[in-house]
Amino acid sequence: MKKFKKFTGLVVPLDRVNVDTDAIIPKQFLKSIKRTGFGAYLFDEWRYLDHGEPGMDCTQRPINPDFVLNRPEYRNASILLTRSNFGCGSSREHAPWALLDYGFRAIIAPSFADIFYNNCFKNGILPVILDEAVVSGLFRKARVVLGSKLTIDLKAQTITGPHENMIGFDIDPSHKQSLLQGLDDIAATLMHSKQIRMYEEDRRKEAPWLFGEPA
Amino acid sequence: MPALTLYDKLWDSHLVHQKDDGMSLIYIDRHLLHEVTSPQAFEGLRLSGHQPWRTDTNLAVPDHNVPTTNRENGIADPISRLQVDTLEQNCRDFGITQFAMDDPRQGIVHIVGPEQGATLPGMTIVCGDSHTSTHGAFGALAFGIGTSEVEHVLATQCLLQKKMKTMLLRVNSRLGPGVTAKDMILYLIGQIGIAGGSGYAIEFAGEAIEVLSMESRMTICNMAIEAGARAGLIAVDEKTVDYISGRPLAPKGTLWDRAVASWRELRSDPDATFDTVHEFNAIAIEPQVTWGTSPEMVVSVEGRVPDPAHEPDAGRRAGMERALAYMGLEPGTAIADIKPERVFIGSCTNSRIEDLMAAAEIVRDRRVASSIKQALVVPGSGLVKREAEARGLDKVFKEAGFEWRESGCSMCLAMNADRLDPEERCASTSNRNFEGRQGHKGRTHLVSPAMAAAAAVAGHFIDVRRLLDS
Ligand code: SF4
Repeated sequence: MKKFKKFTGLVVPLDRVNVDTDAIIPKQFLKSIKRTGFGAYLFDEWRYLDHGEPGMDCTQRPINPDFVLNRPEYRNASILLTRSNFGCGSSREHAPWALLDYGFRAIIAPSFADIFYNNCFKNGILPVILDEAVVSGLFRKARVVLGSKLTIDLKAQTITGPHENMIGFDIDPSHKQSLLQGLDDIAATLMHSKQIRMYEEDRRKEAPWLFGEPA
Repeated sequence: MPALTLYDKLWDSHLVHQKDDGMSLIYIDRHLLHEVTSPQAFEGLRLSGHQPWRTDTNLAVPDHNVPTTNRENGIADPISRLQVDTLEQNCRDFGITQFAMDDPRQGIVHIVGPEQGATLPGMTIVCGDSHTSTHGAFGALAFGIGTSEVEHVLATQCLLQKKMKTMLLRVNSRLGPGVTAKDMILYLIGQIGIAGGSGYAIEFAGEAIEVLSMESRMTICNMAIEAGARAGLIAVDEKTVDYISGRPLAPKGTLWDRAVASWRELRSDPDATFDTVHEFNAIAIEPQVTWGTSPEMVVSVEGRVPDPAHEPDAGRRAGMERALAYMGLEPGTAIADIKPERVFIGSCTNSRIEDLMAAAEIVRDRRVASSIKQALVVPGSGLVKREAEARGLDKVFKEAGFEWRESGCSMCLAMNADRLDPEERCASTSNRNFEGRQGHKGRTHLVSPAMAAAAAVAGHFIDVRRLLDS
């Protein structure tokens, strides 16, 4: 997994609540058996005026000029600023894959849906939770000060910008460590193999029916 | 002993290791797989050289991409076909049981698990699918995971988790006649909102839940995720035990007796405390219809499309305006004046035998209205389909003008050929009315199976209780 330490990027304001995973990456693109190549279809129904299908050459498609990601001043944005309950809906990890593939490394919102939030950490994306009022302040500035960049320092847990007082944020120590070090969760868990075996032994005595073979 | 909630008990019995900050390794008893969220996980296993920790806890079934017609000819769409074939190949390579498309046991993964007895009380159950919350109806801790976690479970039989907060939704009294579990859960989501359960495991309790059948309880827990909660839970009782008894993967003989004895403990202690408690009265619930693009945008069938002008919160107001524009609806329109062009009865929320029976009861001796372009019934599994046919329900539906299909996710998310055309309106028994969910620019109204059937025969939404009385 990609490490995340300190990151500076252009902020794009996506002013919608409850952005769901079907909007982030529509289902027709979930047919792929790969982890990459989803970026061109990120927010497909909002970004393009036609109906997208996997394999389409997106450079030839009609773009929705009103959609914020398409505006020239936000081209190459890599920090997504959005509203509450971002990523609600399905468990599809294609949503963070698409965001990452597009170039987003951090998402700032007042709240995230649980499964999506978790999925971000597995892919080197930092989801930052800030108070509603702080997020609204960032929205105002992102609109007024075009091309404004923010620097997110995960180690210090701070966000800074040219027009910003330093903003602090909270994050779980475990999540923080795994992003800072780009940890491989599976390898880390397998260090506990012995404990897992011991658990299984005990559990087999208590609940042997959980250890039968399926038909 | 401190008083524990059902969630606490399930958590404690699966805890393998806990770190200082609360991040924990919990053991997973059952892992369900489907074709959409698993290929990259298997690929990851191959790349890292890991083997599955246990194969016997896994059960796989293709459901999202499978066609619901002409299955003998295979899958026409080559990309869908590759995904389904990839699941089959992966299961073969790694020694995992799979019910292939032509197996009568094939169906939607959340229908198949309980039907096979793969879903048992006291288990931890995960699947790369958010509606895994369904299985919580059995007093199991069940929740959806991402693909990286699918790989993690395959390789280690464990997951890294933080304990969720607990919420109790107590629903007192009983639903009135003609009002169903689907109406109840839509109503509850309307009350607490789609983020109301974020960070929580929701336990549903109270008389209105106790009197529900297991199938209805699954409908309730299925949509816990639509209230933002990864997991829904309902305590074990006689109905739970009866439902499981005799299922192919249920324990047998003396193991059965031991299992049942332990399952009886799977309820919250009477004085257990929850982080949040909400109480509702079931008698107040009427048949529900969603009008917008999120499950919380819901009203009673006798109600009207709300007016954003009356919404004080600017963000919510903008959301309502956008939803109305997308749905092609004017504020103040009576729900009963909304006319769907298609009707979809199916999905992991409402495609079990009880759902099909409730819909068939409305449809019997009636005809699908001429204004309806298509009315589909998609049973949740091959076995549900078989049972429905043994009861003659297929004839009831077909005589009325419905299409009777093979099992799968179908128009719930339109990954196969079943989908809405742009701006088409659908009365759907599924669980999500998100933009584009049932097809590009398609307009979804979520309802119960009986309400979908009523809309099909009336040509517009109608309080199903009016049809029951006549
Ligand atoms: S029926 Fe719909 S919600 Fe259920 S698993 Fe299939 S696609 Fe997901």
